[in-house]
Amino acid sequence: MNWMTTIFYFFGAITVLSALGILFTRNVLHATFLLMLSFFSVAGIYVLGNASFIGVTQLLIYVGGILILMVFGLMLTTKLNGKALVTENHNRLIGVLLGTVFFSILSYIIIFSANFEMLKSNKTLPENAVEFIGINLMSNYLIPFEIAAILLLVALIGAAVISEKRKEKQE
Amino acid sequence: MITLQHFLIIGISLFSIGLTTVIIKKNAILVLLGIELMLNGANVNLIGFSTNDPQIQGQIFSLFVIVVAAAEAVVALAIVVRVYQYFNTSNVDEPKELKG
Repeated sequence: MNWMTTIFYFFGAITVLSALGILFTRNVLHATFLLMLSFFSVAGIYVLGNASFIGVTQLLIYVGGILILMVFGLMLTTKLNGKALVTENHNRLIGVLLGTVFFSILSYIIIFSANFEMLKSNKTLPENAVEFIGINLMSNYLIPFEIAAILLLVALIGAAVISEKRKEKQE
Repeated sequence: MITLQHFLIIGISLFSIGLTTVIIKKNAILVLLGIELMLNGANVNLIGFSTNDPQIQGQIFSLFVIVVAAAEAVVALAIVVRVYQYFNTSNVDEPKELKG
């Protein structure tokens, strides 16, 4: 086992354990910070999979953007009275059953019955992945890129319109 | 040697943990956290498949997945804040006006 594999197992263990911590903790704020830990180690997994640009993007957008947004949403949707924010569970049986069955079926397929030999290629990855992604985003993937821009604009305006305070109309 | 199976196992672990979180948690913010976990599991799969691909299409697709996840989180949080202002609760099972 070389050192890359060791680091991969390390990051994978942190990812899965902190995700399980989100499942088992009752404190909502602890869940948010465990999600941050999970996102950090997923970024490490991306870097080990030769996708360092995606890893940096993950850190910038998820850890720097979405998680801050989650903490703000948490702050705006709870009554702050000095006690810890705890949540309750429901549908426990069906949730755990569905998750376990899903995990068992898929891991059985991946480990024992799927055949990934066809995917093996002798071609090498592009030397400079960031340059490759940049050129491709501006040429081959231009239309998805523009649609993503429009989607972000629509989401921005939509979120502002939904969450604005409006006066109830008097008839 | 990191094989494709390693990536896929981590991806489905994240996906099933996220699915369970979405189903069993009552707080709407935690449901959103579960959705983010599921999207991350899908992204890990895409990165794993693109390690053998000279065109690295998986990496480019996972960029778009991250963009859509950001847009989804913003709109969903706006809806949660609105629901909290109207019903004074952030639990997903308490607003049941539509239940006949």
